[in-house]
Amino acid sequence: MGYPDDLRYSKEHEWVRVEDGRATIGITSFAADELGDIVFVELPEVGAELKQFATFGVVESVKAVSDLYAPVSGTVTDVNEALRDRPELLNSDPFGEGWIARVELADPSEIDGLLDAEAYAAETA
Amino acid sequence: MTYSPHTEADHRRMLSAIGVGSVDELFEDIPAAVRASAWHLPEPLTEQEVRGELGRIAGRNRIPEVSFLGAGVYRHLVPAVVAEVVGRPEFATAYTPYQPEVSQGTLQSIYEFQSLICELTGMEVASASHYDGATATAEAALMACRLTRRSTVAVSAGVNPDYRRVLETYCSGPGIEVVTVPIDLAEGGTGTTDPAVAADALGDDVACLVAAQPNFYGQLEPMGELADAAHAAGARLVAVVEPISLALLEAPGAYGADIVTAEGQPLGIPASFGGPYVGLMAATMASVRQMPGRLVGATRDVNGRRGYVLTLQAREQHIRREKAASNICTNQALMALAATVYLSAVGPEGLREVAERSVAQARHLAAALETAGLAERRFRGPYFAEVAMRVPDAERRHAALAERGIVAGYRAGRDDPALAGTLLLAATELTTDDEIARLVQELGEVR
Repeated sequence: MGYPDDLRYSKEHEWVRVEDGRATIGITSFAADELGDIVFVELPEVGAELKQFATFGVVESVKAVSDLYAPVSGTVTDVNEALRDRPELLNSDPFGEGWIARVELADPSEIDGLLDAEAYAAETA
Repeated sequence: MTYSPHTEADHRRMLSAIGVGSVDELFEDIPAAVRASAWHLPEPLTEQEVRGELGRIAGRNRIPEVSFLGAGVYRHLVPAVVAEVVGRPEFATAYTPYQPEVSQGTLQSIYEFQSLICELTGMEVASASHYDGATATAEAALMACRLTRRSTVAVSAGVNPDYRRVLETYCSGPGIEVVTVPIDLAEGGTGTTDPAVAADALGDDVACLVAAQPNFYGQLEPMGELADAAHAAGARLVAVVEPISLALLEAPGAYGADIVTAEGQPLGIPASFGGPYVGLMAATMASVRQMPGRLVGATRDVNGRRGYVLTLQAREQHIRREKAASNICTNQALMALAATVYLSAVGPEGLREVAERSVAQARHLAAALETAGLAERRFRGPYFAEVAMRVPDAERRHAALAERGIVAGYRAGRDDPALAGTLLLAATELTTDDEIARLVQELGEVR
């Protein structure tokens, strides 16, 4: 399975897109498929401080509940309000409309420690 | 199904598999002094001897002839149909269903309970019940902390002192600070929570204000203003209510309560020391994912027939483990069923009559004591069916009346020295004019 080349990935199945010191965070298509139909997303609050690899939210599917682990540290600037009414966006478009939050990066060097698409594909193979 | 116990041979095989010589060896880490072999228990008795012994102990109970004791537990008429339904083996012998959807009757009874509690409280969702009013209240405070991601709880001193103690215990583990908002205890004061005083206590980190309606002293709190004060501080209002009173008072959902809790005992459950009672909890749908405990939902099966399911189980410990909304709650399905049957039996009109009669008898009681010059109301302002009365030499007379088979209410000084000499007297629809006359007469005699 191919993953977008412009993203970085965590072993906890989150992705990060970095643009101008800000990172957009979501869960991967692999995670969404494993969870099944997602029925609820507990979003972080705007202004919340995320710490790399600490939990920052919850996704609930018809068969499981999983914590969201922050792939990077930073301050939440936006959350995807559309997920409150349409959590299924995580299944239908995990790398696009199903983004979860945007953060102001606390330490851009953390990105270097994350996986690239090829390494993540190997991780989930 | 036949019960087949382990045999000696089974024991030996299991012990040898784990490399242990004897069952006793498994318990070596437990100090000998507390092991069963160190207990000095009396010799076994025959059934007849046990009956005799238990009868002798039970004979030491002193059942009052007349009681005005309330303080959180109220003696109401329980229609015979309650015991009839609750005693049916389908309900009485069933343990909590672990394959719940097979037990459609049990789930339907819980769904109806939840529906009745929603109707009574004016809230959107009610849980399948809790252990009692105190634990439901403590769970509500923890729920507010999760919802607001704050870690301080403000509780009005008008909340039942036992509930506040349980709340302290629940909050001590997760490190939640509990601050007490004082009530106006001045002689002739309101006996209630001043919204301005509450607002002062509501800092940035306060998750909720917990207040009771009516409060522990029977007084009616300004719940709408307390809700506004809580919301202005970004906190929730947890309303601790008395369920019978909801037949007359404004529904908590209407005055802005975010979470409602109650002791459900007045709804068809006899007053008894230690229960079993039942905790009620209701909230808004927006906060349902942080609500602890079981929830039953209604749905349709593949053939379009109505059916009942356990819903939103992802909050619960069998799925979320240590991150469950609660790992320390339980429901009281049989007592919830009693409340359901009670509410169905009395109906909205009957519940209103129970409440009106209780309120009327409380006023009759207060007026009779005042007219006889034996007591004065400790507070001013509206009250429900329990009234705080200042009685000269209250402690001694309370004890003297107990000798005569009369429980003259609750001694409020037990919890707060500022209320020494104050008796909290409750009336219900079962309180008769004769009982009130007897209290007045004998309270005068023990002067």
